[in-house]
Amino acid sequence: MLVTSALISGLALGSMYGLLALGFYVTYAVSSTVNFAQGSSMMLGAVFAYTLAVTFGWPFIPAALLALFLCAMYGMLVEFVAVRPFVRRGSSAWLMATVALGIVADNAVLFTFGKEPRGFPMLQGSVQIAGINVSWLQLAIPAVGLALAGLLYLFSNKTQTGKAMLAVVQNPEAARLMGINVPLAISLAYAASTLFAGAAGIMIAPLFNVHSDMGTLFGLKAFAVAILGGITSAWGVMLAGLIFGLTEALITALLGSSYTQILSFALVIVALALMPNGLFGRAEVKKV
Amino acid sequence: MKRLFLLAVVFAAAMPAYAQTIKIGLVTALSGQSARAGEAITRGLQVAIDEINAKGGVLGRKLELLRRDDESTPAKGVIAARELYFKEKVAVLIGGLDSPVALAIVPIANENKLPFMDPWAAGTPITKNGAKDNYVFRVSAVDELVDKAMLQYAQKTYNARKPGMILVNNPWGESNEKGLTAALKEKNIQAAGIEKFEGNDVDVVPQLSRLKSSGTDVLFLVGNVGPSSQVVKSLDRMGWMPPIVSHWGPAGGRFTELAGPSAKNVHFVQTYSFFGKQSPVGQKVLKALMAKYPDIKSPGDVTPAVGVANAYDAMMLSALAIRNAGSTDGPKVRDGYYKIGRHEGLIKTYDKPFTPQNHDALGENDYVWAQFIDNQILPVGMNR
Repeated sequence: MLVTSALISGLALGSMYGLLALGFYVTYAVSSTVNFAQGSSMMLGAVFAYTLAVTFGWPFIPAALLALFLCAMYGMLVEFVAVRPFVRRGSSAWLMATVALGIVADNAVLFTFGKEPRGFPMLQGSVQIAGINVSWLQLAIPAVGLALAGLLYLFSNKTQTGKAMLAVVQNPEAARLMGINVPLAISLAYAASTLFAGAAGIMIAPLFNVHSDMGTLFGLKAFAVAILGGITSAWGVMLAGLIFGLTEALITALLGSSYTQILSFALVIVALALMPNGLFGRAEVKKV
Repeated sequence: MKRLFLLAVVFAAAMPAYAQTIKIGLVTALSGQSARAGEAITRGLQVAIDEINAKGGVLGRKLELLRRDDESTPAKGVIAARELYFKEKVAVLIGGLDSPVALAIVPIANENKLPFMDPWAAGTPITKNGAKDNYVFRVSAVDELVDKAMLQYAQKTYNARKPGMILVNNPWGESNEKGLTAALKEKNIQAAGIEKFEGNDVDVVPQLSRLKSSGTDVLFLVGNVGPSSQVVKSLDRMGWMPPIVSHWGPAGGRFTELAGPSAKNVHFVQTYSFFGKQSPVGQKVLKALMAKYPDIKSPGDVTPAVGVANAYDAMMLSALAIRNAGSTDGPKVRDGYYKIGRHEGLIKTYDKPFTPQNHDALGENDYVWAQFIDNQILPVGMNR
């Protein structure tokens, strides 16, 4: 029973880490940059959804869809304001700029949404699995997470825009010469990145509380997951998220919570020491 | 002309004395998960200050409250405490909603001989800090006493035989782990298990599953409002709802909204309730609160009540200490606390509340048990 409940908890949390890490992957793959404030994007998803669904009383589905759209817009803003100007000048200051923009977003929410955490109405309903009670939301989270990862795969391999983005990954200059709008491709990658984070925020909100710093720790863990998975592999980061979530839950269930953070992060270090490109990543080939 | 000049000099000399207030500092969480508790402390202090000022102030000077937000972060609390002590020259610093913040401020107060009054944080080492010169006082619950009371309540109400602990992983949780373990040992009871969780954990099911499988019959919960709500939601998801006896963390915010309908299953300790028959001081304070804050229309709106009540009494006792000291000099104010005799307070009538050996004004007989019914904190068993 201990292990079963840990597996279910771990899968749900792991999917969240995976979705956020997928956001790191998608921008890194296209532009070799990432939004270090992915946690803030996740928080925005939850805050937008709460505001529309609870404050304005919208039905959940339209509220969630508009929240995701707003998150995507925010992602394009991040790229336009905090990444593009620095990359254009060959500067690495986008590292700090994305963190700074995340802090601005956190504080803007603190002042507009409020200082107190708010409870997202819990969606009722549960099923019995192997003798334990599991809320259907815990089952839906991994399903939605994997579905989004699958959609990303289909988009990047089966659509014209997706293929254009992959072309940008391989050779930005050649892609530009072939008429591909490179800035737009990068901007879309950022939109997808924050959309994934926003989806994670909306799904986690009923299990957690909605507040301005709810994404901070998630963002940090997701970055560890992205590196662990090998940031160059979409399925790799998603799987690494699941592995990390399951590891955390199993350590807590079997050894006790005192060991969770120590052992889970120690395992990340060991894994990276043994496989420097991550569990599923590939070493970059540099032609000389 | 000469007369005019003299008048101007006299006026100028008199102005600072008239205008100079005695500053009272407050460092507490004014944002984040405990913002409501910080606001309650503010209100308790402000109502007391208004009452004191209406009677002419202390030592002929009005009291003035200066607030700073520590965001429940020790580093921010320390910066705010230093600013209030050394720049604003507050006579007494009141603060420490979170034990880690209070514990970080304690050395500053003791090393610089400046009074620090704690109206909320219950960590035992805050007042029992081992300093030779102790400048830290408290009008609040004390963990080691609360822990004894929690066990006593669990045994009496739920016939607890194998209690398990679920504690937030910070100094406050540690302080209660020691206290609860000692209380259990005293009664020759073995804990079914001791589990920790992080303040921002989404899912506490793995820890709770361990406690369930070890036969826990009553849960001892220690955590602020957000983390406590995560425990309750996790229990809901598990479909396991043992009796929960809690420290007062849930009282600090919108517990029912955060934890859902099962919030009412949590019974937690309080030092005061504005429900039921009130003493003359209770009636006076409630009336003042309703007059000053339009959102307070009934006792249920004074929430969390402990923040208001503890802060009100803490301010009144601190004003007496300054009056006894005859100045705002730190060591003299500290001795002023020891000179307080009988004082009819809100929580109780104090009789020599502080001595050099005892810096805690409240004891284990001053606790009441409460639960959330909808959004209001009511004494256990009292339905509106």
